[in-house]
Amino acid sequence: MRQFLFLAVWLACLGAGPVRAQDETVIRAAVLRVDGDVPQPISRLDLPPEDLGFAGARLAQDDNQTTGRFMGQTFEVVEVATAPDAALAELETLIAGEARYIVTIADGAMTTALADAAGERALIVNAAAPDDALRSAECRPNLLHIAPSRAMLADALAQFLVWKKWREWFLIEGSHPGDAAMAEAYRRAAKKFGAKIVEERVFEDTGGARRTDSGHVQVQKQIPVFTQRAEGHDVVVAADEADIFAAYLPFHTWDPRPVTGSAGLRPTSWHPAQEAWGATQFQRRFERKAGRLMRPIDYQAWAALRVLGEAATRTNSADPQVLKEFILSPEFELAAFKGQKLTFRAWNRQLRQPIILAADKVLVSVSPQAEYLHRVSQLDTLGLDEPESACPQ
Amino acid sequence: MTRPTLVRTFATAFAAATLFSAAPASAYMVYVTNEKGNDITVLDSETWEVVTTFAVGQRPRGITISPDGSELYVCVSDDDIVRVYDTKTLKQTHTLPSGPDPELFILHPSGNPLYIANEDDNIVTVVDTETHAMLVEVPVGVEPEGMGVSPDGKIVVNTSETTNMAHFIDTESYEIVTNVLVDQRPRFAQFTADGSKLYVSAEIGGTVSVIDPAKGEIVKKISFEVPGITPEALQPVGVRVTSDGKKVFVALGPANRVAVIDGETDEVLEYLLVGQRVWQLAFTPDEKHLITTNGNSNDVSIIDVENLKVIKSVQVGEQPWGVVVSPN
Repeated sequence: MRQFLFLAVWLACLGAGPVRAQDETVIRAAVLRVDGDVPQPISRLDLPPEDLGFAGARLAQDDNQTTGRFMGQTFEVVEVATAPDAALAELETLIAGEARYIVTIADGAMTTALADAAGERALIVNAAAPDDALRSAECRPNLLHIAPSRAMLADALAQFLVWKKWREWFLIEGSHPGDAAMAEAYRRAAKKFGAKIVEERVFEDTGGARRTDSGHVQVQKQIPVFTQRAEGHDVVVAADEADIFAAYLPFHTWDPRPVTGSAGLRPTSWHPAQEAWGATQFQRRFERKAGRLMRPIDYQAWAALRVLGEAATRTNSADPQVLKEFILSPEFELAAFKGQKLTFRAWNRQLRQPIILAADKVLVSVSPQAEYLHRVSQLDTLGLDEPESACPQ
Repeated sequence: MTRPTLVRTFATAFAAATLFSAAPASAYMVYVTNEKGNDITVLDSETWEVVTTFAVGQRPRGITISPDGSELYVCVSDDDIVRVYDTKTLKQTHTLPSGPDPELFILHPSGNPLYIANEDDNIVTVVDTETHAMLVEVPVGVEPEGMGVSPDGKIVVNTSETTNMAHFIDTESYEIVTNVLVDQRPRFAQFTADGSKLYVSAEIGGTVSVIDPAKGEIVKKISFEVPGITPEALQPVGVRVTSDGKKVFVALGPANRVAVIDGETDEVLEYLLVGQRVWQLAFTPDEKHLITTNGNSNDVSIIDVENLKVIKSVQVGEQPWGVVVSPN
C-alpha cells in the first residue's frame, strides 16, 4: 500500500510577506508501518483501523503544508504499510526515493533493525515502540523517540497513585514479553515513588479466540477466582500490553478495588476525550478528516511529523543534519495540546511530554503531578533521567 | 481615550431599572463571560459588586462591545454563533453568523464589521454588524485565534495557533499582506494606540513578540521569569497596552501573574499576583483599572493601573474567560 499525501492547494492564493519564500525546498518524509501478526483485541471497540497512524500523519501533513505555503517549503509524506519480512526492503525503497525522515510504527526489535539499516542515510523517528532499552543501552544515534517509554507511562501512573495515597499495589502481568517489560517498569516506578507491590501474579495466555458469544459468563467466574486471597492492597495494577485479560478485571476482581494500568485508569500519550489546552479543535480536525476518533498511535505519528515541520520552519532548511541538530537543541519546542512545550532529551533523544491518565470516557489527570519537582524539567520525573540512561551521547 | 459625558440612558429602561438604578453615574459596566457557567456576570466598576448574571448559551468565551456601548457581542462557542445583546435590557436582539466554534473576535474601530476567528475551519469570518450578513471568509493558518485591529482600521491581525504566525489582513482587499512567524501557540494580538507596535503573545513558547507593523518584523521578544514558578507555567495570553503606550500588561495563565512591561523599553517591570489561570484582560475606559479573568479560581482581579497594585478580587461565575467594559 503506497500513496502520496496530496498537498493543500487552497492556500496558494495567500500572499507572501516578510516571511519570504526562499528557493522552494522540498522536505521528504515517510511513515513506515510494520504490521506484525497481532491477535484480535478483547473488545471490538479496539479493532485497529486500516489507517492507524497514517490518519495522524495526514493531519500533520496538512498542518505542516499550511505553514510551508507561507515559508516556501513543500512537504511530502509517503505512507507504507508492510509485513515484517518486507520491512527492510521497503526502507531501502524509501531511502532511494530520498526520504530522509522516516517515522516508524513498529515493535522495538524492528525499530532498531530499521535504524541500523538506515544508518546515516535517514533519521528514524519511533512513533510506537515503548521499549526502555531503546532509550538506554540499545539507543541509536539516528533514532528519535516520540512514543512515551514504558518507564514514562509507569511513572505517570505511579505519581498519581502515590498522590492518592494508594501505595499498596497488586500487580498482575500477562505472559507475553511486552507485559513482563511493562510489569518491570511498574516495579521500578513503585520503588522510585515509594509505593509497595504487595502481591504479584501472572495471567497466562492459554490461547484461543479472544471473543466468543456470551464469553462473559465464564469471565465472571474466572476473574474472581484468579484474584482471590491477594494480600491487602489499595489498587490493582495490570500490565497487559498483549490485551489478553486486563479489560476483564474491573468489576470482576475478588476485592472491590480500582483497576489501573492496562484497564481502568490508563496512562497514555493521547485520549479522544482530551479537551484541555485547545485540544477540542485538534480532535475535531482529525475526526473530520479520518472519520473516527484519534488513537495514541495517530497522535504519535502526528507529533513525529510536526517535529519535522517545526524544525523545517524554524531552520528554513531541508538538510537532515541541520534538522536533527535543531530538534535536539534547547531552541526546539513543539506545541502539541499537552499544556506545555514538548522538547527532546538530548541524552537519549526521547520527546519529553506530559502523560494523560484516562478512564474510558474522560481524562482523569495528567502527570507529572505538580508535587514532583525536578532540577531540569518536571517532565523529567517521567522515565529514564539522564544519569539512569545508558545511551552514549 | 476620552470619557464621553453621555448620561447613562439605559437606567431608564424598564427591564434594567431595578438592576442598575443603584449604580453611580460614573460607573462603567464590566461584562465577564463564564465559560463553564454558560452565563455573563455584570460588575459595577465603582463598587466592584456583581450587578447581575444572565444566561447566554453554551460555552461563552470572546466578548466585545460596540463603540457606542449599546451592543454586546458574545462568542457562544458550543452554539456555533455570535449572540448580540442590548446593553440596556441584557436581552438578545439578534445573532450573527460566525462559522463553527467562534472563540475570539474584534470589531473594526468604527464598529463595523466584526472579524471572527474560526478555529475549526482555519478561516477568519467577516460579518457586517448592521446587515448581519457574512461578507467574506479569509483563509489563514491552522487554528486561528487571536485578533487585533490597527487603530486606523486598515489591518486586522490574526494569530494561528498551530501555524505559529501572525497574519496581517488588509481590511479592504481581504488579502493577507504579511505573515510573521512567532513562537509556539500565539494567542493574542494587540496594537498600541498609535499603531507603531504590535504585541503578539505565544502561550506555549512563553514569549511576547514585539512587531514593527510597518516592516512586518519582530523587533524584540519579551520573555518572563518568576522565582519559584516553572518556566513551563509562564504562558502569556491576554495583552493590553495603555493608550499612551507606556505600560503593557500580559496575563501569564497558570503562573497566576500579570506581567507589567515598560512600553518604551519593552522590559518587564514587575509581576502582579492575581487569581488562578489568568487569561484575558480589559481596562476601564479611563484606564484607572485593569480587570483580569482567572479561570481556575472563578474570580476576576482588579488592578490599580497607576499604582500597579491588585486592589480586589471579585467572585464571578464558573470559569471566567473573557471580559469587556462599557465605553460609557
